[in-house]
Amino acid sequence: MNRRDLLKAFAALSATSISSSLFAAPATQNRLLIVFLRGGYDASNLLIPTSSNFYYEARPNIAIARPMSGNNPGATADLNAALELNADWGLHPALRDSIYPLYQKGEAAFIPFAGTDDLSRSHFETQDSIELGQPLVGTRNFHSGFLNRLADVLNGTPAMSFTDQLPIVMQGKARIANTSLRSPGKSNVDNRQSKIITQMYSQTGLAQQVTEGFAVREEVSREMQEEMNSANRNAISTKGFELEARRIAKMMREKYALGFVDVGGWDTHVNQGGASGTLASKFDELGRGLVAYQQEMGDAWRNTTVVVLSEFGRTFRENGKRGTDHGHGSVYWVLGGGIKGGQVAGEQIQLEQPKLFQNRDYPVLNEYRAVLGGLFAGIYGLNASQLDHVFAGVKARNIGLV
Amino acid sequence: MTTNSLTLARCGIKLANITNIAGLGSLLLLASCANTPQNQTTQVSNAPVSHVLEAAHVDADKLLNRITWGANASSSQELRAAGMDRYLEQQLRGRVAILPPAIQAQIDSMTITQRPFDQLMQDLETRRITAEKQKGIDDTLGKDYQQELSRLAKEAATRSLLRAVYSQNQLQEQMSWFWMNHFNIHNGKANERALLGDFEERAIRPNALGNFHDLLRATVLHPAMLRYLDNDQNAVNRINENYARELMELHTMGVGSGYSQGDVQELARVLTGFGVNQNPDTPKMKAELQRLYVRNGIFEFNPQRHDFGDKKILNKVVHGRGLPELDEVITLLSRQPATAQFISRKLAIYFVSDTPSDALVSKMAQRFLQTDGNIPAVLRSMFESPEFIASLGNKFKDPMHYVVSSIRLAYDGNPIMNTGPMLNWLNMLGQQTNGRQTPDGYSMQESAWASAGQMAMRFDVAKSLANNNPGLFKIDNQPAPPRPPQPALVNSPYVKNWANSFSVGTQQALMQANSPQEWNAFFLASPEMMRR
Repeated sequence: MNRRDLLKAFAALSATSISSSLFAAPATQNRLLIVFLRGGYDASNLLIPTSSNFYYEARPNIAIARPMSGNNPGATADLNAALELNADWGLHPALRDSIYPLYQKGEAAFIPFAGTDDLSRSHFETQDSIELGQPLVGTRNFHSGFLNRLADVLNGTPAMSFTDQLPIVMQGKARIANTSLRSPGKSNVDNRQSKIITQMYSQTGLAQQVTEGFAVREEVSREMQEEMNSANRNAISTKGFELEARRIAKMMREKYALGFVDVGGWDTHVNQGGASGTLASKFDELGRGLVAYQQEMGDAWRNTTVVVLSEFGRTFRENGKRGTDHGHGSVYWVLGGGIKGGQVAGEQIQLEQPKLFQNRDYPVLNEYRAVLGGLFAGIYGLNASQLDHVFAGVKARNIGLV
Repeated sequence: MTTNSLTLARCGIKLANITNIAGLGSLLLLASCANTPQNQTTQVSNAPVSHVLEAAHVDADKLLNRITWGANASSSQELRAAGMDRYLEQQLRGRVAILPPAIQAQIDSMTITQRPFDQLMQDLETRRITAEKQKGIDDTLGKDYQQELSRLAKEAATRSLLRAVYSQNQLQEQMSWFWMNHFNIHNGKANERALLGDFEERAIRPNALGNFHDLLRATVLHPAMLRYLDNDQNAVNRINENYARELMELHTMGVGSGYSQGDVQELARVLTGFGVNQNPDTPKMKAELQRLYVRNGIFEFNPQRHDFGDKKILNKVVHGRGLPELDEVITLLSRQPATAQFISRKLAIYFVSDTPSDALVSKMAQRFLQTDGNIPAVLRSMFESPEFIASLGNKFKDPMHYVVSSIRLAYDGNPIMNTGPMLNWLNMLGQQTNGRQTPDGYSMQESAWASAGQMAMRFDVAKSLANNNPGLFKIDNQPAPPRPPQPALVNSPYVKNWANSFSVGTQQALMQANSPQEWNAFFLASPEMMRR
């Protein structure tokens, strides 16, 4: 009996009060993780429009230099220059050792001009409307997020939100638990006490949350114990998002088919930096985390898709304080062992000043529901009515990533 | 209504044409100008008290649980002595609050109490500059500076928690928290850790039960806000629109209420030049600009950075002339019907239900407009509504309510000496004091706080709370007391009596307790303790 089977056996023994769906083996081999960058990250400095002179005019202080041209092979690589993806686009150099190799292997792709038609330029309004994934006009149901509806369509697929509160995207009809893996502590409530408390809640509206809460807590502390043991042996010391992503991967590998995590701190109004600086450090941390996730998934990476998105992009021009303000279109990332990566996908335009939306932002050419709908259809083979349950009234678009 | 025109000489700011409600004159404080901590000095009114709550036979403990940070034996006694409606009236007025001497002594000994704010900030700036120069040579200076900022933030958080637990002005403390959350500022940015205590003390708390206009003005003129939303970087021809946007979206009118991207940009122009200056020197400039320069401690209006062109906001032309533009705009924003609606709805969500009726919100908004933003008047119209009365006992507690109400019950009359464990519990529950990174503040709705992960964590906290926690009684740098006071739960007739009204399921759980500590833990973990 290997460790995993042993753990399962233990779980079965001690889990009489645990809802059966929570630990059922995922019905699908597919794993989907959505990473939400809260704060509207500056996509124009992630995916650099290297063929646009206008980009370099609009960002005199914070632009990322063009990649070294290939006709001077003897020259030392400029570590501060963009990494060439194709003739039009480059990648921020902070991702040289993490996402860039994935892109070259065909396991990463970017979708520029992605986003929502919501024009409020409000973080909170736009995050909500993306998480809801509902039409912007008409009555919206504020307790029905699109990942919840996807879980619902996938019929009992175990899902988990790796956040300390349940985000809107995961709220709705399907019961989805949450747990933050940033700094999980050990529970001090023993088995007998947890049974009595569960019983105490059995006749209340919170019964399910309480049952699931205990089950997840137990699962997490087991994983943490495992992590400590292996850390002692291998002395791997990681921290921040990288550590969190590793933990998420362990649980996604073994228990959950659908996951969500958010990463904050992308609202860069002041001194965001260029090839180095505040934003570059954020990219570095995020990139390392995503690669840690990929490594930890092991064989399951083949069936894994990771989508990185944000509520909007930022102004195309830098502002007076070498930062950027709230914009519109963004760049989404898609990573995965089985995707047709190594491309910049979706509808695109040449970036010149007249092409800007309201003379300040990226336009949205790849509406997120159409794009995600197409992605989900490809991954799960959803039919039209299932897709309509997830994104009502939206025609899914296949942009060739799966 | 009366119209006052007054000059606060110490600030050098003329407040022109501020409309004020008769009888609330003493509440008109330019918070960031006053140099001494204020007690609320509103006179006790002889106005007749209504009998709405008594007539409705409201459950006294349930009412306490809603308008205070949590019912306990002493507040229950106080309420019964005054009568329900008179108690509410007193709470709405905010009397002079007397804290238990041990608690007052803790607050008195804090640096943020003892040192004048402006001096403190100038000294910190000197330390920061010195540390910066020594970087790479002597890094301890930088570390010490950061530690001092964190220590000051802890003082502010502690003061706020101690008042929440022990002040008699419970509604004022709850409203202070509400407005701190509404005008949220994050501890993690720049030197906000040192600015937040003053923001709460002089911009928020004195206005928590005052007038919305004054409250709004005090937040706009406070360095903590100007820095948090990058307005100290907002200058003519170098516009940073961050604050302008949140001012309309989060602080006043609400998103989708009719303002445009153009309005945001024009408001940003009005806000140019409002910033923070932590140096003793003032910038040099031409004499005609010098006349318009305003300095109040570390707050600064620098006309050199201001855009003096005319602006057009919400179809109204604002003539460029410096600081008075801001007063004009604050008045404009605070009198918008959208603002009345937005603020009223938020109050109703906090105090009544996650989904308050449009009728209730409209009634409150009407009151808001009629009284030009008199907060107690708006609150009273809500508290006396049938919808409020029907909702008692149903609102899910956010972590702050959960932790503070538990401590109020457990250590009523037994002053705690250290808020460290409370701060830790709030962190565990995802509601760190001033820890919300984004300006929208923490959610006030059940869906945010009643998820699986949250519930499990709450039971951990219940268990830690239930044991006589030595950390709560340990004074820093002194050994913990050998026998810390027991939480007064299982041994309190008040609590026992209350538990008798709990559901059969809860009572069965309580009967299975093996020890007083376990009884306390089950009590604090009960479904009834999760709601207010």
